[in-house]
Amino acid sequence: MTQLALVIDLNVCVGCHACVTSCKEWNTSGWAGPLTDHRPYDKDPTGTFFNRVQTFEVGEFPRTETVHFPKSCLHCEEPPCVPVCPTGASYKREDNGVVLVDYDKCIGCKYCSWACPYGMRELDEHQKVMKKCTLCIDRIANDALPEAERKPACVLACPTSARLFGDVHDPDSEVSLAIRENGGYQLMPEWGTKPANHYLPRRKTRIQIFEDELERADNPLKKEAPLPAAEGETLDDVSF
Amino acid sequence: MHPAFSVIFLTTLIGVGQGLFLALVTGQVYSLANLLQPQDSVSFYAMGSALSLAFLAAGLFASFFHLGHPERAWRSAAKWRTSWLSREVIVLPVLMLFIALYGVVHYFGLTRPLFVIRGVISVDASLILGVLGAIAAFALYFCTAMIYASIKFIEEWHSPLTLINFTLFGLASGFMLAAAFSAWSGVDLVGFFGTWAVIFTFAAGISRWLSLRRNRHLVHKSSLQTAIGIRHNHIEQKSQGFMGGSFNTREFFHGASEGTMRLVYLFFLLAVFILPVLLLGASYWMASPYLPVAAFLMQYLGLMAERWYFFAEAKHPQNLYYQSMA
Ligand code: SF4
Ligand code: SF4
Repeated sequence: MTQLALVIDLNVCVGCHACVTSCKEWNTSGWAGPLTDHRPYDKDPTGTFFNRVQTFEVGEFPRTETVHFPKSCLHCEEPPCVPVCPTGASYKREDNGVVLVDYDKCIGCKYCSWACPYGMRELDEHQKVMKKCTLCIDRIANDALPEAERKPACVLACPTSARLFGDVHDPDSEVSLAIRENGGYQLMPEWGTKPANHYLPRRKTRIQIFEDELERADNPLKKEAPLPAAEGETLDDVSF
Repeated sequence: MHPAFSVIFLTTLIGVGQGLFLALVTGQVYSLANLLQPQDSVSFYAMGSALSLAFLAAGLFASFFHLGHPERAWRSAAKWRTSWLSREVIVLPVLMLFIALYGVVHYFGLTRPLFVIRGVISVDASLILGVLGAIAAFALYFCTAMIYASIKFIEEWHSPLTLINFTLFGLASGFMLAAAFSAWSGVDLVGFFGTWAVIFTFAAGISRWLSLRRNRHLVHKSSLQTAIGIRHNHIEQKSQGFMGGSFNTREFFHGASEGTMRLVYLFFLLAVFILPVLLLGASYWMASPYLPVAAFLMQYLGLMAERWYFFAEAKHPQNLYYQSMA
């Protein structure tokens, strides 16, 4: 079984929204489009997006950290949004695990959006059908594209490579490795939805240095002769 | 959750329709057992069925306003194996069919006993249809309530109390309408239906009180920590990813102030549980056809407020991602 998914590295994401705009650009003109906007240049602009980047501040000043958090459908392995759909418009693809909506069957009852704990589905105000991230199904399953381009638009756009794409059921894939080795986790695991998308946490790189490692007890200089006494400012003190 | 008027009308109107039909069947069963005077088939049962059908049809009509594509509504019967919404969509017309047939049988007086059980209970076509319809009516209460109760992470709804509340509210308002209908058409059953209406209202009061209490003390499983997966006691949202609104900020927030919530809460307590009972009680002394009608209208208004509150009090976990804009 294949389960395609994204792995999003929160340690790397800089919150530039490149994935948001490239997603909107690709999908509004592609198979899953249009992603309509309302009042885009007026007060209270609103519109349909598959992907958003939110920002959270963790900790209290001055010890705070800003976390940018990209948010899109997680393509759950047990998607609660699928069985509730009365028409069968909401479905999970058998071959690659991508959760999709058939716009021609959807009656716009919004029930599936209630049944997604993450708020990843949006009803399109114009088309009146439910929309959500397709993982760029029209790119990743498109044999006409060169292999390197068969990836979601957001993944190709990310300037920091914070977004990885692959099969999370293949233990040797890049995404599985990243999840396993860098502490990948799922959102709201308490609901048993088994999201396929994973997030990689913030990771600090620290080196442990002890005093005696900086100042060696057996410093040969110390043994041979005392260090030259300070003689006022040296060139090192005034330049940088 | 944002309370949508289409759904408020749908759930309250069909609740009344089902309850009224159950009241009619109850009346028929009682008179079969010689506990009540038999009523006139045409003016009471046939007209009562028509009234019940009218409420169900009005509810069905209201539900179309909830859909983005009402012209495709027929598709929603497809996934009855997994979706409670789909099951509701199937059971509702089945019930309407039974009620229509029940009314027709009474209207044309096709009530000649088909067979007699143990020489006492004479079974006619209307009784069979009545019992089948009653089963469908209870099934419909169940389906409607399960639409809400089956979503496990809307924890305010995910409780058997939701099922009990929907059923009891429907029965209370349906029997209340039966009392009003009897009073209006001069049938001597106001006391009978009224007593049941009060009993159901009282029972609904207890179960709703239990669910309100449960929801007040509810500790939600999800938190901002599990939502974004960061372990820290102090996390603050700085941006939602947009400055205007989105579907997420419109569909899942009721946007009403604390004061409004309180007001609606007090209003429905008064209008559902107290005033109708007083009005009905008053009609014992003053045999006026208006009092039971007023009692029903008052309770229906109250039920609309109750349903509004039912939606508004539910907190969807997705709201954790939409805490602040700035
Ligand atoms: S994230 Fe939401 S919309 Fe996507 S598969 Fe999971 S439950 Fe469904
Ligand atoms: S809005 Fe569309 S996809 Fe969602 S449950 Fe209703 S019919 Fe299914």
